[in-house]
Amino acid sequence: MKRFGRLILTVLIISTIVFLVIRVIPGDPALTIAGVDASESDIEAIRAKLGTDKPMLNQYIQWLWDVFRFDFGHSLTSGRPVSELILERFPLTLTLAVLGIVLSIIIAIPLGVISAVRRWSFWDYIGMLFSQAGMAIPSFWLGILLLMLLSIKYRVFPLFGSGSINHLILPSISLGIARAAVLLRLTRASMVEELSKEYVITARAKGLTERMVNYKHALKNALLPVITIAGIQLGYMLGGAIIIEQVFSLPGLGRLFLFAVYQRDFPLIQGGVVFVAFVFSFINFTVDILYSVLNPRIRIT
Amino acid sequence: MQKSDKNLLDINNLDISFIQARGAAHALRGIDLTIASGEILALVGESGSGKTVTSMSIMGLVPIPPARINKGSLLFKGNDLIGQPHAEMRKLRGKEIAMIFQEPAKYLNPSLKIGEQITEMLVLHLNMSKKQAVEKALEYLDVVGLGKSRRVLNSYPHELSGGMKQRVMIAMAICCNPSLLIADEPTTALDVTLQLQILKLIRNLKKQFSMGVLFISHNLGIVREIADRISVIYAGKIVESASNQNLFEDTLHPYTRALLQSIPDAEKRGHRLRAIPGSVPDAENIPSGCGFHPRCPLAQDMCSQEIPLTKDYGNGHSAACHMVH
Repeated sequence: MKRFGRLILTVLIISTIVFLVIRVIPGDPALTIAGVDASESDIEAIRAKLGTDKPMLNQYIQWLWDVFRFDFGHSLTSGRPVSELILERFPLTLTLAVLGIVLSIIIAIPLGVISAVRRWSFWDYIGMLFSQAGMAIPSFWLGILLLMLLSIKYRVFPLFGSGSINHLILPSISLGIARAAVLLRLTRASMVEELSKEYVITARAKGLTERMVNYKHALKNALLPVITIAGIQLGYMLGGAIIIEQVFSLPGLGRLFLFAVYQRDFPLIQGGVVFVAFVFSFINFTVDILYSVLNPRIRIT
Repeated sequence: MQKSDKNLLDINNLDISFIQARGAAHALRGIDLTIASGEILALVGESGSGKTVTSMSIMGLVPIPPARINKGSLLFKGNDLIGQPHAEMRKLRGKEIAMIFQEPAKYLNPSLKIGEQITEMLVLHLNMSKKQAVEKALEYLDVVGLGKSRRVLNSYPHELSGGMKQRVMIAMAICCNPSLLIADEPTTALDVTLQLQILKLIRNLKKQFSMGVLFISHNLGIVREIADRISVIYAGKIVESASNQNLFEDTLHPYTRALLQSIPDAEKRGHRLRAIPGSVPDAENIPSGCGFHPRCPLAQDMCSQEIPLTKDYGNGHSAACHMVH
């Protein structure tokens, strides 16, 4: 409950910052919209429509109410409601992010654990090679490479477009590999640390099998930091993956916000920032809950 | 060396070194120890003297390599544990030979409930069902003085006090009814009042279950409260062994004497505590001859040249010193 309060507070603070930033930026949006040769009454009319003729406090309350209703007005370029534009793009970004994180977890955790349990073995070297390469290779380059190989040369996956899960496989691989590299290193380091703890000696002294020592006793503790970082990575990815969306020409949130910035589409930018902030806070909130289920020491009473 | 097979544990001339990049560390230089059922043997020495290597080698938990067993035997119920396959040693650990440690807070898994940490042993070693195991765990919590508390079983280690944690560790160790209990400084991390309670508990359990106990400590004061016999270890060698009474009343080895003088004693208030000058030698460069000679007030020329043999002085009292006659 306390954490839920914190979630609400975070969103409130971010909304306030967005509100202030927009008001602080020099220039009257009504002037921008109306153009250079608009009459004074036209500008007044636009101000009234935007609500910028009212006192700041009223505007602020109106803004919070809008945020609460998830209503950010209409996009300046397309004229469609901002919320509609965002929700239209969100499923794709969500699928891409979830696929990416699932893929990276599937690679990172088993390989990281084996690397830690059998240090300096064949699998450990494979893991090290993978994480070095995964961190060094830019994801857009990997994406282009995958496209050339699997879409152009062998035609296994579609070259661009969206609409089916097949379209998302290559993007999520390109997105997932880099995250996997980070998670792999983290898993290995965390597992190595746990295996050096005293309770592992106890577990061995109790005559438990190596499997129980590793996977029941050490792994549970080793996964805690991994879950936190995976959650944060998921949060980032939910804000849209601009580069990967560009490479694969996917209509995700990243490109939506990118074009909004190009075209000074203020309502869309505002809505986007608040939305991303909300999603990120929500993921953090969920990770916190998950974390406290796994880690009895931080469970609040 | 033929000894009677009534001994539970019989360590003969055990010699272990660790091979490291900087050279070999000679951790145990041929030690002899025996423990009978229902007997508490205390192994006393400063840190770095080889106490922990001794206990870990009995458990079969000394990693080979880097460790190397040069010679010696480690007979448990007549079977040499050295060279036993890992799988066989694993079945002995926890079931036949159990161990408790210095800091229960660190030696319990922070994210598993106490109940799980006890019952997993019962399920594994004694093939109990989960339900039987819970009943058994409750019984043993009662034995160690925590009562048949389901609350304790459902607690995580951080929810218990230090004394409770050590009791839980003990319950865990004895739940499979082992013949040998190794207690590695089990009271060092506890308050003085708790220390006495835990010592009493160990002594009672020994009687109740007629276990042999290897009690490892650096503190002769505590050892005096609990041990039947005492062996003093210095730089990987047993320098003196005797019954509790003999060791304190008829001390032979100068190192033991030095240790005794360093115990704070309420009756001798006003006297200055005598610290032993110098420190325990590294296992990498143990002095020639008698390992203690650089710190020994009685040392003569021969002490730095010849390793003293262990001599028997009657009543099971033995010492290894050139200057004792």
